[in-house]
Amino acid sequence: MHMKEFTQRKYYRPYVSPFDPCPPIRVKSYETPPELYLGYQPYNLPQYPPQQALYAGTLWPALFSPYNGRYWGREES
Amino acid sequence: MWIYEKKLQYPVKVSTCNPMLAKYLIEQYGGADGELSAALRYLNQRYSIPDRVIGLLTDIGTEEFAHLEMIATMVYKLTKDATAEEMEKAGLGAHYANHDNALFYHNAAGAPWTATYIQAKGDPIADLYEDIAAEEKARATYQWIIDMSDDPDLNDGLKFLREREVVHSQRFREAVEMLKEERDRQKIF
Repeated sequence: MHMKEFTQRKYYRPYVSPFDPCPPIRVKSYETPPELYLGYQPYNLPQYPPQQALYAGTLWPALFSPYNGRYWGREES
Repeated sequence: MWIYEKKLQYPVKVSTCNPMLAKYLIEQYGGADGELSAALRYLNQRYSIPDRVIGLLTDIGTEEFAHLEMIATMVYKLTKDATAEEMEKAGLGAHYANHDNALFYHNAAGAPWTATYIQAKGDPIADLYEDIAAEEKARATYQWIIDMSDDPDLNDGLKFLREREVVHSQRFREAVEMLKEERDRQKIF
């Protein structure tokens, strides 16, 4: 079982009306953190070294959920 | 926009005069986990949720209003011919002083409905989990009310409403699964 079989952020294209008053954000995003996918945590998952675990907030890479701010892309690339 | 059909979603029959039960049933009318809270919660959250689940929130939110109407009918039938004295005896003296036999959006303890009963976090996962929790809490409330009611006709309606909570919870759980799916993975980036 590979670890990165899910993404922690999903994107969708909301409906955009020709009469929307503000410039449309065509692609919106939402967060799907790892606890949605893990289920009952298996034994013996890989662990961070203690120092790194303290920084990360978790012992397990499988539960690590980085968040560096929202995706604000206004136009599609 | 809504189209109104002038009949209940499921027939309501009350066979025993029991204003005391109305005092408890009002929990599902204006309580934290009641039908009003449910309807307003879903119909409000739907604006800022991914397109794929807007329709579900619209449909379920609309159905909650149909449930609200059933609860209102039950409460009304249980109290409509109760005198002031009978209202008092049923623990509805405070209600009578304020509202006569009118319905009002408050819970079983008389606390008025408040918007703090509903949430809209904007995060689709947080909002859907709130909705799932709300359905389970409403299901439990129906159970506790059925436990206290010995009117088989009324209970028939309450059991129908309890089952709808089960179905709604299932649909919200499916909505979470839809939002967990990887779609257009490489299409956007």
